[in-house]
Amino acid sequence: MAITEAVNFMDTYDVEAIRKDFPVLDQKIRGKQLVYLDNAATSQKPKAVIDSIVQYYENDNANIHRGVHTLSERATLSYETARKTVQKFLNAETEKEIIFTRGATEAINLVANAFAEKLSAGDEVLITAMEHHSNIVPWQMLCEKTGAELKVAPINDKGELIFEEFEALVSKKTKFAAISHMSNALGTINPIKQMIDLLHQHNVPVLVDGAQAIPHIAVDVQALDCEFYVFSGHKLYAPTGIGALYGKMEQLEQMAPYQGGGDMISVVTFESTVYNKIPYKFEAGTPNIAGTIGLGAAIEYINNIGIDAIAAHENSLLEYAIEQSKKIDKLRIIGTAENKGAIMSFVLDGIHPHDIGTMMDHQGIAVRAGHHCAMPVMDFFGVPATARASFAMYNTHQEVDALMAGIENLIEMFG
Amino acid sequence: MLDDLRDLYQEVIFDHNRNPRNFREMDDADRQIDGFNPLCGDRLTLFIKLADGKISDASFQGQGCAISTASTSLMTDMIKGQTEEEAQKLFSLFHKMATGEHVEMDDLGKLAVLAGVCEYPARVKCATLPWHTLDALLQGAEEPVTTE
Repeated sequence: MAITEAVNFMDTYDVEAIRKDFPVLDQKIRGKQLVYLDNAATSQKPKAVIDSIVQYYENDNANIHRGVHTLSERATLSYETARKTVQKFLNAETEKEIIFTRGATEAINLVANAFAEKLSAGDEVLITAMEHHSNIVPWQMLCEKTGAELKVAPINDKGELIFEEFEALVSKKTKFAAISHMSNALGTINPIKQMIDLLHQHNVPVLVDGAQAIPHIAVDVQALDCEFYVFSGHKLYAPTGIGALYGKMEQLEQMAPYQGGGDMISVVTFESTVYNKIPYKFEAGTPNIAGTIGLGAAIEYINNIGIDAIAAHENSLLEYAIEQSKKIDKLRIIGTAENKGAIMSFVLDGIHPHDIGTMMDHQGIAVRAGHHCAMPVMDFFGVPATARASFAMYNTHQEVDALMAGIENLIEMFG
Repeated sequence: MLDDLRDLYQEVIFDHNRNPRNFREMDDADRQIDGFNPLCGDRLTLFIKLADGKISDASFQGQGCAISTASTSLMTDMIKGQTEEEAQKLFSLFHKMATGEHVEMDDLGKLAVLAGVCEYPARVKCATLPWHTLDALLQGAEEPVTTE
């Protein structure tokens, strides 16, 4: 059944038409056609997103939630419409559960900050060994502040969570869990529903870091039943500097504000302040209005193509890349989980990833080289860094061929 | 396809990457220090021995890209027999070259093969990591050096 559906998607999926929507793709780098395979770092933006930002600044620019004039009303409407778009995209119960942030990092910090009041010495916070630094450091800081202890669920040598060990780490002491939906360094997709169910049996609130998963996997926060889900817009074809936190209303109601300032208050005197209602209580100061509008436009663009069709296309690219990479003896893929998203992290025997990065760039191919903000993952696999090709809706099978040819060229050059 | 990369990756660099000179631990080093590039994870440990006001021996261990390995290999070769002052002067010259300032290439000797790096801003730190590490070592630092 699943295979038939995937084939159907492939038949109607017009990647060339999609490519035309992304102006940046149409350029040469050092005389060669750009092949952009660094999508896990940030994705390119379709014209619809760029236009929505231009439209806002050229026609509607005003501050929101305060002006009585027409421009402010328009800006407020666009901003709040984007909130509803995000709500529907995540299938949240109400748009009040969507808080706009600078990105996934700020969203995680917002939650970690609020839980500082609720944790104390003897408590534990549980994460996994495949987290991005942004889902490690805020919890380390929280533990430092409260005396709680950070527990890390291990992974196996395929880069998969070892579920039994994860289960063994959940106890009465566990007061919070923060888990990655999909690993940025390995591509592993975690069995988050199973993990959330287990954590809920112990009444542990869960934050899911969806920064990598959001452009590849349809997310339904009500079905997942997680307390929090965070993502960044820029990996979802939206601008940088905008992201969102989904929080269950019952959680948000108990949480202290993250920052104080304008818009998050309803009454201020020098003696005391009454905070604004949710979600505004968590959105201090003039927000990234243009970015928010761009995020809404990006989600609409994705909805028009269909996230499942995009996922099927990307999975076919990944499968093809993995298959083709087997022809290169010196290549070793880091992260070989059974359930894996469109990321191929690899090392080449005797060639450092930084040299790979420079040499690929010379062939017009953008890949990431480094530790991918996941130093503990690199330590686990005993490599200082990896090269990473990550695929998006606009990548093609020919680009995978270019990647492989590029790798063969540089191996030849290294001798 | 990759011919234009030869400015950066000269054959000498591949040679030093494949067979780094002075790539060994030094049990009786007078000074040693770690250098670290947190952006890419490159790490090296630099060892020197001093005698009669000169660097009598230099060696290194660690892992890095071809540029940083070759740079460290060449550096350890060059500074042997130099006074600390001469090595500092060479550091300053090398730094200028790597960041694109004008220098007399003759003064740099074999290090001139790394001149191409100034065209690659993302790679300058790969070439200068060993030199910053040496600089800290000569100034008596003991804490690990980072490029950031």
